[in-house]
Amino acid sequence: MSEFPDDLKYAATHEWVRVEEDGSVTIGISDHAQELLGDIVFIELPEEGAVVSAKDEMSVVESVKAASDIYAPISGEVIAVNEDLADAPETMNSSPYSDGWLCRILPSNPSELEELLDADTYAGMCE
Amino acid sequence: MGQQTALYAKHLEAGAKIVDFGGWDMPIQYKSLIEEHTAVREQAGVFDVSHMTIVDIDGPDAERWLQFLLANDVARLKDTGNALYTGMLNENGGVIDDLIVYRMASGFRLVVNCATREKDLAWMQSQQRGFSVTLTERPELAILAVQGPRAIDIVRTIVEQRFSAPDSATVSGLKNFCGVELDNWFIARTGYTGENGVEIMLPNSEAPAIWDLLLAAGVKPIGLGARDTLRLEAGMNLYGHDMDESISPLSANMGWTIAWEPAERDFMGRKALEAQRQHRDTLPVLTGLVMEERGVLREGLRVECTLGDGSTQDGVITSGTFSPTLKHGIALARIPADAQQCAVDIRGKLVPVRPVKPGFVRHGKKVFV
Repeated sequence: MSEFPDDLKYAATHEWVRVEEDGSVTIGISDHAQELLGDIVFIELPEEGAVVSAKDEMSVVESVKAASDIYAPISGEVIAVNEDLADAPETMNSSPYSDGWLCRILPSNPSELEELLDADTYAGMCE
Repeated sequence: MGQQTALYAKHLEAGAKIVDFGGWDMPIQYKSLIEEHTAVREQAGVFDVSHMTIVDIDGPDAERWLQFLLANDVARLKDTGNALYTGMLNENGGVIDDLIVYRMASGFRLVVNCATREKDLAWMQSQQRGFSVTLTERPELAILAVQGPRAIDIVRTIVEQRFSAPDSATVSGLKNFCGVELDNWFIARTGYTGENGVEIMLPNSEAPAIWDLLLAAGVKPIGLGARDTLRLEAGMNLYGHDMDESISPLSANMGWTIAWEPAERDFMGRKALEAQRQHRDTLPVLTGLVMEERGVLREGLRVECTLGDGSTQDGVITSGTFSPTLKHGIALARIPADAQQCAVDIRGKLVPVRPVKPGFVRHGKKVFV
């Protein structure tokens, strides 16, 4: 069964968001998403410094089976990218909520966070 | 709900994720496609391919009819149990299906694709005029493909339990593309992975128990997902992707399956193929592509090819994946015959790829240069 940690917010397109103490947000894909994709073999990482708008494609995750877009769950500037994924994309499978994080964004409009789903609502969607 | 093979409950027991495949409920993967793929390359795996269609061909004209129906020549099958790979072509030389044909003690046995079953049978029935042959489907048989470096040893022990020690010696001594009938079983050294192994046709009623014995001996169940990555690493075509009725075998890396000799054998599609052969250098070719940069090659991607005269022309990827063995992108692609350089259009970016002979991995090892 997939895990849906309570302290995260989720987008309907299967990204998770964690609000950090400094106001930035960390982003990744949900356990449910990595299960659907299967073995992840390549991630086209977003670029540090890129400015993204909520719901824009910001990255592509490829498993053996399929390529899948990752959408920015929130608008802002990409301030950090998990470069370790370039050599070990499978970390997104094994540790979607910690070592498999994708990037950090400094939100330009933090009120967008309110549009994201809580764990229970997102889990209900994935049933 | 689709049709289910005799092993459906076994797939669920093994934790399979089930998908619809040509009207059948089949396992796409059990736990991890890459783990399943690696199990076949390094140990042994078993595939339930009972969804494929077995058709037995009997009657006084069986051999003569197959010599007319198929592009390869069944007269090359000298001994009982011998197998060959062939296309079944239409009048224009397009590939209706690809199949394996075995010479049996009585008549022949064809194994055709599941997705093409109905059109294949309709075509075969329409081509019987003037021949005394009977076609018998064998839905009561299951097919297990057991593949990998340990496969034959494990099957040998199971055959020894089920039949006898001499029979098990026969099985372990089978040469490539040879098979043996044991009662209502048929075991052949054929497969779709590039590894040693066998395909076993056996009664549905016996299949679950044999499946259990295989798993107990350490053989891993393998889904259709890994079946596809394994066959693509082996450079083997998949019908409906790498070729279809609009494609000549000469443009599908199937030239070697056309038996041109004896010249008087007038097989279906021959005239069209002979005309194509006159200008063979203008026909597109099916090639292998290797992408050593990070990423994955996918079916349908455009291949920009630079020709000898400096002009460019597009080709297309017909099958693509990430090779779990080689850890980079591989593909089959149809490209102009005189392409000198190729690049694949991945999300608008042209990524250089290297054309190689189709075939990337055999017996666990990289084979292209």
